[in-house]
Amino acid sequence: MLRRLLGTDGPLLVPAIVIALVLGALASAFAAVAGWFDPGRLTPARMVDALGRRGGDPVGHRRNHAKGVCFTGSFAANGAGTDLSTAPMLAAGRYPVTGRFAIATGNPLAADGSARVRSMAVRIVAPDGQEWRSGMNTSPVFAVATPAAFFAMVQAAMIDPATGKPDPQAMPAFIATHPETGAFLAWARSAPWTASYADQAYYGLNAFILTDARGTGRPVRWSMRPETAAAAVAPDTIGADVLAGDLAERLARGPLRWTMVMTLGQPDDPTDDATRPWPAGRREVVVGTLVVDAAQDEAHGPCRDVNFDPTILPDGIALSDDPLLAARSASYATSFDRRIAEQVRR
Amino acid sequence: MSRRSFTAAQKLLHWSMAVAIIAMLFIGVGMVATLAPIHADLVALHRPLGVVILVLALIRLGLRLRRGAPPLPADLPWWQTLSARGSHVLLYALMIAMPLVGWGMLSAGGYPIVLHGAWQLPPILPQSNLLQVILRQSHRWLGLVFFAVILLHIAAALFHGLSRRDGVFSSMVRGR
Repeated sequence: MLRRLLGTDGPLLVPAIVIALVLGALASAFAAVAGWFDPGRLTPARMVDALGRRGGDPVGHRRNHAKGVCFTGSFAANGAGTDLSTAPMLAAGRYPVTGRFAIATGNPLAADGSARVRSMAVRIVAPDGQEWRSGMNTSPVFAVATPAAFFAMVQAAMIDPATGKPDPQAMPAFIATHPETGAFLAWARSAPWTASYADQAYYGLNAFILTDARGTGRPVRWSMRPETAAAAVAPDTIGADVLAGDLAERLARGPLRWTMVMTLGQPDDPTDDATRPWPAGRREVVVGTLVVDAAQDEAHGPCRDVNFDPTILPDGIALSDDPLLAARSASYATSFDRRIAEQVRR
Repeated sequence: MSRRSFTAAQKLLHWSMAVAIIAMLFIGVGMVATLAPIHADLVALHRPLGVVILVLALIRLGLRLRRGAPPLPADLPWWQTLSARGSHVLLYALMIAMPLVGWGMLSAGGYPIVLHGAWQLPPILPQSNLLQVILRQSHRWLGLVFFAVILLHIAAALFHGLSRRDGVFSSMVRGR
Protein backbone atom coordinates (compact mmCIF):
# COMPACT_ATOMS: atom_id res chain seq x y z
CA MET A 1 0.00 0.00 0.00
CA LEU A 2 2.68 2.48 1.12
CA ARG A 3 5.02 1.26 -1.62
CA ARG A 4 2.35 1.78 -4.25
CA LEU A 5 1.54 5.24 -2.92
CA LEU A 6 5.23 6.18 -2.98
CA GLY A 7 5.84 4.36 -6.26
CA THR A 8 8.95 2.52 -5.07
CA ASP A 9 10.20 -1.05 -5.01
CA GLY A 10 13.32 -0.08 -3.11
CA PRO A 11 14.11 0.05 0.59
CA LEU A 12 11.99 2.27 2.83
CA LEU A 13 13.45 2.20 6.33
CA VAL A 14 16.99 3.34 5.64
CA PRO A 15 15.94 6.14 3.24
CA ALA A 16 13.35 7.29 5.78
CA ILE A 17 16.00 7.46 8.51
CA VAL A 18 18.48 9.30 6.29
CA ILE A 19 15.83 11.78 5.18
CA ALA A 20 14.71 12.37 8.77
CA LEU A 21 18.28 12.93 9.93
CA VAL A 22 19.20 15.31 7.10
CA LEU A 23 15.99 17.36 7.35
CA GLY A 24 16.09 17.30 11.15
CA ALA A 25 19.68 18.58 11.17
CA LEU A 26 18.96 21.37 8.69
CA ALA A 27 15.73 22.45 10.35
CA SER A 28 17.33 22.40 13.82
CA ALA A 29 20.29 24.44 12.66
CA PHE A 30 17.91 26.95 11.07
CA ALA A 31 15.83 27.21 14.23
CA ALA A 32 18.96 27.59 16.35
CA VAL A 33 20.28 30.43 14.18
CA ALA A 34 16.84 32.07 14.28
CA GLY A 35 16.93 31.88 18.09
CA TRP A 36 13.79 29.75 18.32
CA PHE A 37 15.39 27.47 20.92
CA ASP A 38 16.69 30.40 22.91
CA PRO A 39 13.90 32.65 24.20
CA GLY A 40 16.40 34.39 26.49
CA ARG A 41 18.48 35.72 23.61
CA LEU A 42 18.71 39.49 23.45
CA THR A 43 17.11 40.09 20.06
CA PRO A 44 16.25 43.35 18.33
CA ALA A 45 12.58 42.53 18.99
CA ARG A 46 13.12 42.24 22.75
CA MET A 47 15.17 45.43 22.82
CA VAL A 48 12.48 47.36 20.94
CA ASP A 49 9.73 45.86 23.13
CA ALA A 50 11.53 47.13 26.22
CA LEU A 51 12.20 50.57 24.72
CA GLY A 52 8.48 50.95 24.05
CA ARG A 53 7.49 50.34 27.67
CA ARG A 54 8.96 53.44 29.27
CA GLY A 55 5.75 55.45 29.38
CA GLY A 56 3.38 57.04 26.90
CA ASP A 57 2.09 55.42 23.75
CA PRO A 58 4.90 54.91 21.25
CA VAL A 59 2.75 53.23 18.58
CA GLY A 60 3.59 54.79 15.22
CA HIS A 61 6.67 56.50 16.67
CA ARG A 62 10.35 55.76 17.12
CA ARG A 63 10.80 53.58 20.16
CA ASN A 64 13.65 55.71 21.41
CA HIS A 65 14.11 59.45 21.04
CA ALA A 66 10.39 59.32 20.35
CA LYS A 67 9.69 63.06 20.49
CA GLY A 68 11.39 65.20 17.92
CA VAL A 69 11.27 67.62 15.04
CA CYS A 70 12.53 67.39 11.45
CA PHE A 71 14.97 69.74 9.83
CA THR A 72 16.48 70.30 6.42
CA GLY A 73 19.69 72.00 5.45
CA SER A 74 23.07 71.23 4.03
CA PHE A 75 26.53 70.12 4.95
CA ALA A 76 29.20 72.49 3.64
CA ALA A 77 32.41 70.49 3.54
CA ASN A 78 35.64 72.48 3.56
CA GLY A 79 37.67 69.67 1.99
CA ALA A 80 39.94 69.14 5.00
CA GLY A 81 38.44 65.70 5.51
CA THR A 82 39.67 64.39 2.16
CA ASP A 83 43.13 63.74 3.67
CA LEU A 84 41.46 61.41 6.14
CA SER A 85 38.67 59.75 4.21
CA THR A 86 37.47 59.07 0.68
CA ALA A 87 33.87 59.82 1.73
CA PRO A 88 32.43 61.87 -1.15
CA MET A 89 30.65 64.32 1.16
CA LEU A 90 33.95 65.33 2.74
CA ALA A 91 35.17 66.78 -0.58
CA ALA A 92 34.74 70.56 -0.61
CA GLY A 93 31.15 71.26 -1.57
CA ARG A 94 27.62 71.47 -0.32
CA TYR A 95 25.50 68.36 0.26
CA PRO A 96 21.80 68.16 1.15
CA VAL A 97 20.86 67.10 4.67
CA THR A 98 17.66 65.71 6.14
CA GLY A 99 17.82 65.64 9.91
CA ARG A 100 16.00 65.43 13.17
CA PHE A 101 16.35 66.86 16.66
CA ALA A 102 14.84 64.84 19.49
CA ILE A 103 14.83 64.22 23.20
CA ALA A 104 15.94 60.86 24.56
CA THR A 105 12.63 59.44 25.70
CA GLY A 106 10.34 56.54 24.93
CA ASN A 107 7.27 58.76 25.19
CA PRO A 108 6.32 60.83 22.13
CA LEU A 109 4.43 63.24 24.41
CA ALA A 110 7.13 63.60 27.08
CA ALA A 111 7.85 67.05 28.50
CA ASP A 112 10.94 68.59 26.92
CA GLY A 113 12.57 69.07 30.32
CA SER A 114 12.12 65.43 31.25
CA ALA A 115 14.99 64.15 29.12
CA ARG A 116 18.57 64.80 30.12
CA VAL A 117 19.89 63.82 26.70
CA ARG A 118 18.95 65.42 23.38
CA SER A 119 19.97 64.25 19.96
CA MET A 120 20.65 65.31 16.41
CA ALA A 121 20.34 62.85 13.56
CA VAL A 122 21.53 63.58 10.04
CA ARG A 123 21.36 62.02 6.62
CA ILE A 124 23.94 63.57 4.29
CA VAL A 125 23.60 62.57 0.65
CA ALA A 126 26.48 62.69 -1.85
CA PRO A 127 25.89 63.34 -5.58
CA ASP A 128 26.60 59.68 -6.38
CA GLY A 129 23.82 58.57 -4.02
CA GLN A 130 26.05 57.44 -1.17
CA GLU A 131 24.66 58.31 2.24
CA TRP A 132 26.09 59.11 5.62
CA ARG A 133 23.60 58.71 8.44
CA SER A 134 24.49 59.54 11.99
CA GLY A 135 22.65 59.81 15.29
CA MET A 136 24.43 62.00 17.83
CA ASN A 137 23.70 62.83 21.46
CA THR A 138 24.38 65.83 23.67
CA SER A 139 26.39 63.64 26.03
CA PRO A 140 30.03 63.31 24.95
CA VAL A 141 30.05 59.68 26.15
CA PHE A 142 27.35 57.04 26.29
CA ALA A 143 26.06 55.60 29.57
CA VAL A 144 26.87 51.98 28.71
CA ALA A 145 29.31 50.08 26.55
CA THR A 146 27.40 46.97 25.50
CA PRO A 147 23.94 46.04 24.18
CA ALA A 148 23.35 43.86 27.25
CA ALA A 149 24.06 46.76 29.61
CA PHE A 150 21.86 49.05 27.52
CA PHE A 151 19.04 46.51 27.73
CA ALA A 152 19.45 46.33 31.50
CA MET A 153 19.30 50.15 31.68
CA VAL A 154 16.15 50.24 29.55
CA GLN A 155 14.56 47.56 31.72
CA ALA A 156 15.32 49.65 34.79
CA ALA A 157 13.36 52.51 33.19
CA MET A 158 10.38 50.34 32.23
CA ILE A 159 7.00 51.30 33.63
CA ASP A 160 5.54 48.92 36.18
CA PRO A 161 1.90 48.52 35.06
CA ALA A 162 0.81 48.25 38.71
CA THR A 163 2.13 51.68 39.72
CA GLY A 164 2.37 53.44 36.37
CA LYS A 165 5.98 54.28 37.25
CA PRO A 166 9.34 52.56 37.02
CA ASP A 167 10.43 50.57 40.03
CA PRO A 168 12.13 53.28 42.16
CA GLN A 169 14.86 50.83 43.18
CA ALA A 170 15.66 49.72 39.63
CA MET A 171 17.73 52.59 38.26
CA PRO A 172 19.81 53.10 41.42
CA ALA A 173 20.46 49.36 41.43
CA PHE A 174 21.45 49.45 37.76
CA ILE A 175 23.84 52.35 38.35
CA ALA A 176 25.35 50.67 41.40
CA THR A 177 26.16 47.58 39.35
CA HIS A 178 27.36 49.47 36.25
CA PRO A 179 30.31 51.68 37.18
CA GLU A 180 30.94 52.38 33.49
CA THR A 181 28.06 54.88 33.69
CA GLY A 182 30.35 57.17 35.77
CA ALA A 183 31.57 59.50 33.01
CA PHE A 184 28.07 59.87 31.60
CA LEU A 185 26.60 60.62 35.04
CA ALA A 186 29.29 63.19 35.74
CA TRP A 187 28.28 64.94 32.49
CA ALA A 188 24.57 64.65 33.39
CA ARG A 189 25.18 66.29 36.78
CA SER A 190 27.43 69.08 35.58
CA ALA A 191 26.42 70.05 32.02
CA PRO A 192 24.14 73.10 31.90
CA TRP A 193 20.53 72.59 30.86
CA THR A 194 19.31 74.84 28.09
CA ALA A 195 15.92 75.48 26.50
CA SER A 196 17.09 75.00 22.92
CA TYR A 197 18.30 72.39 20.45
CA ALA A 198 20.34 75.12 18.76
CA ASP A 199 22.91 75.79 21.48
CA GLN A 200 23.88 72.18 22.10
CA ALA A 201 26.88 70.19 20.93
CA TYR A 202 26.12 66.72 19.60
CA TYR A 203 28.56 63.81 19.77
CA GLY A 204 28.65 60.73 17.54
CA LEU A 205 29.32 58.59 20.65
CA ASN A 206 30.70 55.55 18.85
CA ALA A 207 34.10 55.42 17.24
CA PHE A 208 34.36 54.89 13.50
CA ILE A 209 37.25 54.30 11.13
CA LEU A 210 38.13 56.87 8.49
CA THR A 211 39.88 55.35 5.49
CA ASP A 212 41.93 57.53 3.15
CA ALA A 213 42.70 57.02 -0.53
CA ARG A 214 45.74 54.89 0.31
CA GLY A 215 43.65 52.60 2.46
CA THR A 216 45.04 53.85 5.76
CA GLY A 217 42.44 53.65 8.51
CA ARG A 218 42.26 56.03 11.48
CA PRO A 219 39.90 55.81 14.47
CA VAL A 220 37.66 58.82 14.85
CA ARG A 221 34.86 60.22 16.97
CA TRP A 222 32.94 63.09 15.44
CA SER A 223 30.89 65.89 16.89
CA MET A 224 28.81 68.90 15.91
CA ARG A 225 29.80 72.08 17.79
CA PRO A 226 27.16 74.83 17.84
CA GLU A 227 27.79 78.33 16.63
CA THR A 228 25.04 79.45 19.02
CA ALA A 229 26.25 80.21 22.56
CA ALA A 230 24.60 78.08 25.23
CA ALA A 231 22.13 79.86 27.52
CA ALA A 232 21.86 77.89 30.75
CA VAL A 233 18.49 77.69 32.46
CA ALA A 234 17.18 75.86 35.50
CA PRO A 235 15.83 72.47 34.35
CA ASP A 236 12.46 72.99 36.04
CA THR A 237 11.84 76.17 34.03
CA ILE A 238 11.92 74.31 30.70
CA GLY A 239 8.36 74.19 29.33
CA ALA A 240 6.81 70.92 28.20
CA ASP A 241 6.87 71.80 24.48
CA VAL A 242 9.40 74.57 24.01
CA LEU A 243 12.17 73.00 21.96
CA ALA A 244 10.39 72.73 18.61
CA GLY A 245 9.04 76.28 18.96
CA ASP A 246 12.44 77.65 19.93
CA LEU A 247 13.96 76.01 16.86
CA ALA A 248 11.31 77.44 14.51
CA GLU A 249 11.71 80.89 16.06
CA ARG A 250 15.48 80.89 15.62
CA LEU A 251 15.22 79.57 12.06
CA ALA A 252 12.77 82.35 11.20
CA ARG A 253 15.66 84.75 11.92
CA GLY A 254 18.18 82.77 9.87
CA PRO A 255 20.00 79.46 9.49
CA LEU A 256 21.69 77.75 12.43
CA ARG A 257 25.20 76.35 12.12
CA TRP A 258 27.31 73.64 13.67
CA THR A 259 30.98 72.99 13.02
CA MET A 260 31.71 69.35 12.34
CA VAL A 261 34.84 68.16 14.08
CA MET A 262 36.70 64.88 13.59
CA THR A 263 38.63 63.91 16.72
CA LEU A 264 41.34 61.45 15.74
CA GLY A 265 42.15 58.64 18.13
CA GLN A 266 45.60 57.31 19.00
CA PRO A 267 46.32 53.58 18.86
CA ASP A 268 45.57 53.05 22.56
CA ASP A 269 42.32 55.04 22.61
CA PRO A 270 39.30 52.79 23.13
CA THR A 271 37.19 52.32 20.00
CA ASP A 272 35.01 49.58 21.48
CA ASP A 273 33.80 51.42 24.56
CA ALA A 274 31.55 54.45 24.14
CA THR A 275 31.56 55.13 27.90
CA ARG A 276 35.22 56.14 27.96
CA PRO A 277 36.25 59.59 26.78
CA TRP A 278 39.46 59.86 24.80
CA PRO A 279 42.27 61.83 26.46
CA ALA A 280 42.19 65.59 25.93
CA GLY A 281 44.45 67.06 23.31
CA ARG A 282 43.72 64.61 20.51
CA ARG A 283 44.11 66.06 17.04
CA GLU A 284 40.90 67.68 15.82
CA VAL A 285 40.10 68.39 12.19
CA VAL A 286 37.23 70.67 11.24
CA VAL A 287 35.72 69.09 8.13
CA GLY A 288 32.81 71.41 7.47
CA THR A 289 29.71 73.20 8.66
CA LEU A 290 26.23 71.84 9.10
CA VAL A 291 23.73 74.50 8.10
CA VAL A 292 20.16 74.02 9.32
CA ASP A 293 17.76 76.08 7.20
CA ALA A 294 14.26 74.95 8.10
CA ALA A 295 12.33 72.82 10.56
CA GLN A 296 9.21 70.75 9.96
CA ASP A 297 6.71 68.98 12.21
CA GLU A 298 7.65 65.37 12.51
CA ALA A 299 4.15 64.13 11.66
CA HIS A 300 4.52 65.36 8.08
CA GLY A 301 8.21 66.19 7.88
CA PRO A 302 10.82 64.63 5.63
CA CYS A 303 12.63 62.92 8.53
CA ARG A 304 9.60 60.95 9.66
CA ASP A 305 10.27 57.91 7.50
CA VAL A 306 14.05 57.96 7.72
CA ASN A 307 15.86 55.34 9.75
CA PHE A 308 18.94 57.17 11.04
CA ASP A 309 20.91 53.93 11.24
CA PRO A 310 24.50 54.91 12.13
CA THR A 311 25.89 51.97 10.17
CA ILE A 312 24.73 53.51 6.88
CA LEU A 313 28.05 54.98 5.82
CA PRO A 314 29.76 56.04 2.61
CA ASP A 315 32.91 54.43 1.30
CA GLY A 316 35.76 55.90 3.35
CA ILE A 317 33.97 55.65 6.71
CA ALA A 318 33.71 52.22 8.31
CA LEU A 319 32.41 50.70 11.50
CA SER A 320 34.77 50.33 14.44
CA ASP A 321 34.74 47.38 16.83
CA ASP A 322 32.22 49.17 19.07
CA PRO A 323 29.55 46.52 19.84
CA LEU A 324 26.86 49.20 20.16
CA LEU A 325 26.94 49.95 16.42
CA ALA A 326 25.52 46.65 15.19
CA ALA A 327 23.03 46.69 18.06
CA ARG A 328 21.87 50.18 17.12
CA SER A 329 21.50 49.12 13.49
CA ALA A 330 19.51 45.98 14.31
CA SER A 331 17.27 47.74 16.83
CA TYR A 332 16.65 50.79 14.64
CA ALA A 333 15.62 48.52 11.78
CA THR A 334 13.11 46.71 13.98
CA SER A 335 11.81 49.99 15.41
CA PHE A 336 11.51 51.37 11.85
CA ASP A 337 9.67 48.31 10.52
CA ARG A 338 7.23 48.46 13.43
CA ARG A 339 6.42 52.14 13.31
CA ILE A 340 6.08 52.19 9.54
CA ALA A 341 3.65 49.25 9.76
CA GLU A 342 1.76 51.03 12.55
CA GLN A 343 1.51 54.19 10.48
CA VAL A 344 0.21 52.25 7.48
CA ARG A 345 -2.44 50.55 9.62
CA ARG A 346 -3.76 53.90 10.86
CA MET B 1 15.32 14.28 -27.48
CA SER B 2 15.80 13.08 -23.98
CA ARG B 3 18.89 13.16 -21.83
CA ARG B 4 19.55 11.22 -18.66
CA SER B 5 21.39 14.05 -17.02
CA PHE B 6 21.44 17.83 -16.64
CA THR B 7 24.19 19.65 -18.55
CA ALA B 8 27.48 20.37 -16.75
CA ALA B 9 26.62 24.08 -16.59
CA GLN B 10 23.21 23.29 -15.08
CA LYS B 11 24.81 21.05 -12.46
CA LEU B 12 27.44 23.65 -11.60
CA LEU B 13 24.74 26.29 -11.20
CA HIS B 14 22.54 23.98 -9.16
CA TRP B 15 25.19 23.09 -6.61
CA SER B 16 26.80 26.52 -6.29
CA MET B 17 23.38 28.11 -5.90
CA ALA B 18 22.35 25.45 -3.41
CA VAL B 19 25.23 26.50 -1.18
CA ALA B 20 24.59 30.22 -1.75
CA ILE B 21 20.83 30.05 -1.15
CA ILE B 22 21.01 27.91 1.97
CA ALA B 23 23.75 30.19 3.34
CA MET B 24 21.58 33.19 2.42
CA LEU B 25 18.55 31.85 4.31
CA PHE B 26 20.67 31.21 7.40
CA ILE B 27 22.25 34.66 7.13
CA GLY B 28 18.83 36.27 6.78
CA VAL B 29 17.17 34.51 9.68
CA GLY B 30 20.25 35.02 11.84
CA MET B 31 20.82 38.70 11.16
CA VAL B 32 17.32 39.75 12.16
CA ALA B 33 17.58 37.81 15.41
CA THR B 34 20.77 39.20 16.88
CA LEU B 35 22.18 42.45 18.23
CA ALA B 36 25.72 41.08 18.26
CA PRO B 37 28.47 42.65 16.12
CA ILE B 38 28.03 39.86 13.57
CA HIS B 39 24.70 41.50 12.67
CA ALA B 40 26.53 44.21 10.70
CA ASP B 41 28.72 41.66 8.89
CA LEU B 42 25.72 39.51 7.99
CA VAL B 43 23.77 42.48 6.60
CA ALA B 44 26.83 43.54 4.58
CA LEU B 45 27.04 40.01 3.11
CA HIS B 46 23.29 39.55 2.61
CA ARG B 47 22.86 42.28 -0.02
CA PRO B 48 25.69 41.40 -2.46
CA LEU B 49 25.00 37.67 -2.09
CA GLY B 50 21.37 38.35 -2.97
CA VAL B 51 22.44 40.09 -6.16
CA VAL B 52 24.74 37.17 -7.06
CA ILE B 53 21.85 34.75 -6.55
CA LEU B 54 19.53 36.88 -8.69
CA VAL B 55 22.02 36.99 -11.57
CA LEU B 56 22.73 33.26 -11.35
CA ALA B 57 19.02 32.49 -11.14
CA LEU B 58 18.31 34.42 -14.34
CA ILE B 59 21.15 32.61 -16.16
CA ARG B 60 19.84 29.34 -14.82
CA LEU B 61 16.29 30.06 -15.90
CA GLY B 62 17.60 30.82 -19.40
CA LEU B 63 19.51 27.53 -19.48
CA ARG B 64 16.50 25.61 -18.23
CA LEU B 65 14.26 27.11 -20.89
CA ARG B 66 16.83 26.41 -23.63
CA ARG B 67 18.27 23.08 -22.53
CA GLY B 68 15.33 21.69 -20.58
CA ALA B 69 15.60 18.93 -17.99
CA PRO B 70 15.79 15.14 -18.20
CA PRO B 71 12.25 13.69 -18.23
CA LEU B 72 10.83 12.41 -14.99
CA PRO B 73 10.42 8.60 -14.81
CA ALA B 74 7.21 7.49 -16.52
CA ASP B 75 6.25 5.25 -13.61
CA LEU B 76 6.33 8.07 -11.05
CA PRO B 77 2.99 8.34 -9.20
CA TRP B 78 0.95 11.26 -10.53
CA TRP B 79 1.08 13.23 -7.31
CA GLN B 80 4.88 13.07 -7.25
CA THR B 81 5.09 14.24 -10.87
CA LEU B 82 2.78 17.10 -10.02
CA SER B 83 4.74 17.96 -6.86
CA ALA B 84 8.05 17.84 -8.74
CA ARG B 85 6.82 20.19 -11.47
CA GLY B 86 5.11 22.53 -9.01
CA SER B 87 8.02 22.69 -6.59
CA HIS B 88 10.49 23.41 -9.38
CA VAL B 89 8.37 26.29 -10.64
CA LEU B 90 8.14 27.54 -7.04
CA LEU B 91 11.90 27.25 -6.50
CA TYR B 92 12.66 29.24 -9.66
CA ALA B 93 10.05 31.84 -8.71
CA LEU B 94 11.54 32.22 -5.23
CA MET B 95 15.15 32.37 -6.47
CA ILE B 96 14.17 35.35 -8.61
CA ALA B 97 11.52 36.93 -6.36
CA MET B 98 13.42 36.93 -3.07
CA PRO B 99 16.28 39.21 -4.20
CA LEU B 100 13.82 41.47 -6.03
CA VAL B 101 11.55 41.73 -2.98
CA GLY B 102 14.59 42.53 -0.80
CA TRP B 103 15.79 45.15 -3.27
CA GLY B 104 12.31 46.63 -3.51
CA MET B 105 11.89 46.62 0.26
CA LEU B 106 15.11 48.61 0.76
CA SER B 107 14.05 50.97 -2.05
CA ALA B 108 10.63 51.56 -0.49
CA GLY B 109 12.25 52.04 2.94
CA GLY B 110 14.42 54.87 1.62
CA TYR B 111 17.66 53.01 2.25
CA PRO B 112 20.73 53.26 0.04
CA ILE B 113 21.31 49.80 -1.45
CA VAL B 114 25.00 49.38 -0.73
CA LEU B 115 26.71 46.34 -2.22
CA HIS B 116 30.28 47.09 -1.27
CA GLY B 117 32.09 50.35 -0.57
CA ALA B 118 30.88 52.93 -3.06
CA TRP B 119 29.02 50.34 -5.18
CA GLN B 120 25.30 50.87 -4.89
CA LEU B 121 22.24 49.70 -6.72
CA PRO B 122 19.61 52.23 -7.75
CA PRO B 123 16.19 52.00 -6.09
CA ILE B 124 13.64 50.00 -8.09
CA LEU B 125 10.63 51.49 -6.28
CA PRO B 126 9.76 54.93 -4.92
CA GLN B 127 9.90 55.44 -1.15
CA SER B 128 6.57 54.22 0.18
CA ASN B 129 5.53 53.08 3.64
CA LEU B 130 2.81 50.82 2.27
CA LEU B 131 5.18 49.06 -0.14
CA GLN B 132 7.85 48.82 2.54
CA VAL B 133 5.47 47.05 4.91
CA ILE B 134 4.15 44.64 2.28
CA LEU B 135 7.60 43.80 0.93
CA ARG B 136 9.21 43.50 4.38
CA GLN B 137 6.57 40.99 5.46
CA SER B 138 6.76 39.18 2.11
CA HIS B 139 10.53 38.90 2.38
CA ARG B 140 10.22 37.22 5.75
CA TRP B 141 7.43 34.83 4.85
CA LEU B 142 8.78 33.95 1.40
CA GLY B 143 12.11 33.19 3.07
CA LEU B 144 10.46 30.71 5.42
CA VAL B 145 8.50 29.16 2.54
CA PHE B 146 11.72 28.96 0.51
CA PHE B 147 13.45 27.06 3.31
CA ALA B 148 10.50 24.67 3.66
CA VAL B 149 10.41 23.99 -0.09
CA ILE B 150 14.17 23.34 -0.09
CA LEU B 151 13.71 20.79 2.70
CA LEU B 152 11.00 19.02 0.66
CA HIS B 153 13.25 19.18 -2.40
CA ILE B 154 16.10 17.50 -0.46
CA ALA B 155 13.72 14.87 0.93
CA ALA B 156 12.45 14.08 -2.56
CA ALA B 157 15.99 13.93 -3.98
CA LEU B 158 17.08 11.51 -1.26
CA PHE B 159 13.97 9.42 -1.83
CA HIS B 160 14.80 9.17 -5.54
CA GLY B 161 18.44 8.37 -4.82
CA LEU B 162 18.03 5.93 -1.94
CA SER B 163 14.68 4.26 -2.48
CA ARG B 164 13.48 4.52 -6.07
CA ARG B 165 17.01 4.62 -7.52
CA ASP B 166 15.43 5.81 -10.73
CA GLY B 167 18.21 8.10 -12.01
CA VAL B 168 16.54 11.35 -10.92
CA PHE B 169 19.08 11.98 -8.17
CA SER B 170 22.05 10.98 -10.32
CA SER B 171 20.85 13.28 -13.13
CA MET B 172 22.04 16.18 -10.98
CA VAL B 173 25.11 14.43 -9.57
CA ARG B 174 26.92 12.25 -12.13
CA GLY B 175 28.31 12.99 -15.54
CA ARG B 176 26.20 12.40 -18.63
